[in-house]
Amino acid sequence: MADIEKKQEMSSRRRFLIAVTSVGGAIATAAVATPFVMAMMPSERAKAAGAPVEVDLSKLEPGMLLMVEWRGKVVWVLDRTPEMLATLKTLDGQVADPKSEKPQQPAYAQNETRSIKPAILVVEGVCTHLGCSPVFRKDIAPADLGADWLGGFFCPCHGSKFDLAGRVYKSVPAPTNLVVPPHTYLSDNLLLIGSDRKESA
Amino acid sequence: MKKITHLLFIFCLAPLVAFASGAEVKLDKAPIHPTDKLSLQRGAQAFANYCLACHSTEYMRYNRLRDLDLSENQISDNLIFTGQKVGELMTVAMRKKEAKQWFGVAPPDLSVIARSRGADWLYTYLRKFYRDESTATGWNNLIFDKVAMPHALYQLQGIQSVAVKTVDDGHGGKHEVKELKQVTPGTLSKTEYDMYIADLVNYLVYVGEPAATKRVQLGVIVMLFLFAMLGLTYALKLEYWKDVH
Amino acid sequence: MNKRLDSMREWLDARFPLTETWKYHLAEYYAPKNFNFWYYFGSLAFLVLVNQLLTGIFLTMNYKPDASMAFASVEYIMRDVDFGWLIRYMHSTGASMFFVVVYLHMFRGMMYGSYRKPRELLWLIGMGIFFILMMLAFTGYILPWGQMSYWGAQVIISMIGAIPVVGQTLSNWILGDFMLSDAALNRFFAYHVVTLPVVLVTLVFVHIVALHEVGSNNPDGIEIKANKDPVTHIPVDGIPFHPYYTVKDIFGVVGFLIVFCGIIFFMPEMGGYFLEYNNFVPANTLQTPDHIAPVWYFTPYYSMLRAVTVNFLWIDAKLWGIVLMGASVAIFALLPWLDRSPVKSIRYKGPYFKIALTLFVISVFVLGWLGTKSPTPLYTLLAQIFTVIYFAFFILMPWYSKIDKTKPEPTRVTE
Repeated sequence: MADIEKKQEMSSRRRFLIAVTSVGGAIATAAVATPFVMAMMPSERAKAAGAPVEVDLSKLEPGMLLMVEWRGKVVWVLDRTPEMLATLKTLDGQVADPKSEKPQQPAYAQNETRSIKPAILVVEGVCTHLGCSPVFRKDIAPADLGADWLGGFFCPCHGSKFDLAGRVYKSVPAPTNLVVPPHTYLSDNLLLIGSDRKESA
Repeated sequence: MKKITHLLFIFCLAPLVAFASGAEVKLDKAPIHPTDKLSLQRGAQAFANYCLACHSTEYMRYNRLRDLDLSENQISDNLIFTGQKVGELMTVAMRKKEAKQWFGVAPPDLSVIARSRGADWLYTYLRKFYRDESTATGWNNLIFDKVAMPHALYQLQGIQSVAVKTVDDGHGGKHEVKELKQVTPGTLSKTEYDMYIADLVNYLVYVGEPAATKRVQLGVIVMLFLFAMLGLTYALKLEYWKDVH
Repeated sequence: MNKRLDSMREWLDARFPLTETWKYHLAEYYAPKNFNFWYYFGSLAFLVLVNQLLTGIFLTMNYKPDASMAFASVEYIMRDVDFGWLIRYMHSTGASMFFVVVYLHMFRGMMYGSYRKPRELLWLIGMGIFFILMMLAFTGYILPWGQMSYWGAQVIISMIGAIPVVGQTLSNWILGDFMLSDAALNRFFAYHVVTLPVVLVTLVFVHIVALHEVGSNNPDGIEIKANKDPVTHIPVDGIPFHPYYTVKDIFGVVGFLIVFCGIIFFMPEMGGYFLEYNNFVPANTLQTPDHIAPVWYFTPYYSMLRAVTVNFLWIDAKLWGIVLMGASVAIFALLPWLDRSPVKSIRYKGPYFKIALTLFVISVFVLGWLGTKSPTPLYTLLAQIFTVIYFAFFILMPWYSKIDKTKPEPTRVTE
């Protein structure tokens, strides 16, 4: 017959062994969980499919918008005319984050034009509200957007508005500026979207 | 009853004896070292130069070859001849249907060939091609009769021919043995060629299971941990079972 | 703090039998104190079941049950999914280890008479688990869609076609096609990941409930409930499952994991027995591999299938082989009624039973080994001899177990 009563007052040795084994068990559990958690991260196939894309800009004309797919998202490449660029300064008062202080862009695009080359805007065409894709509206002062519309991006889902640098207007549902993805220029006319390291081309 | 057990024991052994006498083609042991990165790199180069034109390893991505201490630039400069990106699968441009017309069978994918055939078979196979005018390709192989594949490495190995010799098997019986003989030398000596093939086979074994090296490394840690836990849990069991009389 | 926990437990207990279940199945489930090595395998089988469910779910996330994609998706798991190789090896090794553990668990039952009254139903539920496990192994082995997957399944499915009259229709119904194809792969996947696991888990649950109703047997084969403390009504030879057997089983689990991980990390193919070499060749419907053999845990039955070479009565050899193979598995279910010995455990049984059991074990091993080989006249003869021995163990049991010279059972369990 077991001395079940003794169980109540555990010896210090027993307590120590339980503690050490429990620690070992916790380590084991964490170690077993790791591969399962890791297995749910994007696989090598997904990484390869999401590899940076090269874009040839030689045929891009001023005022023209180019749509590129990267990681299943649309990335806009817009060659802004001097007139378009001139609108940005005038809108500083109407946009929520005029100086791009929120981390919606790499450091090299945290400037007035939100771009590496002043004319060329590279921005994800994904509304920062709920992920719809906004529409490029370069027409000035159209009936539906009002007389003070100077051209920009308008999200039809919930009415968010962005200017020609992807900066969000005040008092719209979207909270932040459009995201500038990592990108770099491999040569004058060759843009790499998805990485800012030239080697990863 | 005891007699029956004895009899059974003999019965149990009988098949073993029968098995031992069965004649099989002897395979040469492949001298490969899965952790030798330089050998694997040489093997990868040999594979890209001589095999990848016809044989894909379509479950393998080029950039996985980082395992062999190659940088992505080295991979795309030295191993990719098709203009593919480093993240892509190692496929071939040749269409399966056309290949089937040329060779009779489409060259198989080699991703897991080392797992189905084994390293020794590959090592032997790649060294046992010989000239045989009776086949469509003009080549035959000692361990794969009438193989559809021509000897892709003959410039390196040179040309071998086969001679049939009758050998006494020591039990009064005679059987035929095929022997290979060098006819024309290749650009590599026999030793060099064997080493070249060893590197190639080493690489194929790696491609068969790229995670193998990591698996063994991880396994050592896991086993050390488990042995520690074994002692600990045994001590815990003894401690509790003191109560049980 | 403690008070808080207590009140929370009371709240729960008023709504769910938590403490009651804990006590009934663990803290106050009294197991015989003389369990030996053979009693680890029940809890280990449960561990492997959990392993299979967990790794299976994660494999399902990346596996594609499509004849044109299945093979590639397995290699995708092995290469492109982070730690996919580990999860796959855990599952493939787990499948084989499931059978190792279950076979040892069954052998334990045969040695100590765990199938005898009052545990007949427990034994039958166990047989049900064994049958579902075989179905799971069969449907699972098809999934990688390699040469052995394909041709192994082809052989088994052909057996269904041998059933008189309805065979062909039945096989078409099972395959959803006139041959083994994508349709079958897709539905076997459904069975493997949904139907069969649900049934298995249910049966395991019922198995444990039935066990805890009648109580565990032990190496002495005597009922500990027959000898209770007059005051506490606790069996004098019983100890609470928790903590005594929980700590013991944890030790057993670690020991098992050393073997299990040793295989996973250092020899996942187990020399071609756990992962067959030919299954690294994608299924080719036009070319049978030179040598096909089932995975090791099916080889004894496969040997018996091939052992029948003569037509008998009006039934042809092929059908007899199939009947014999089915019988070789089903006959275990009759054990509770075949054994007429006055004692349960091998410890007190006489020489006849010991010899019979030894011969039975030898025959299982020899048949298992023969099943991996190509048949030759000698091998077929051996398979026939050992098939007879295999069945003689069961069929003659009512006779030899009765006339055997047994020793008297003790009243209390021994060490």
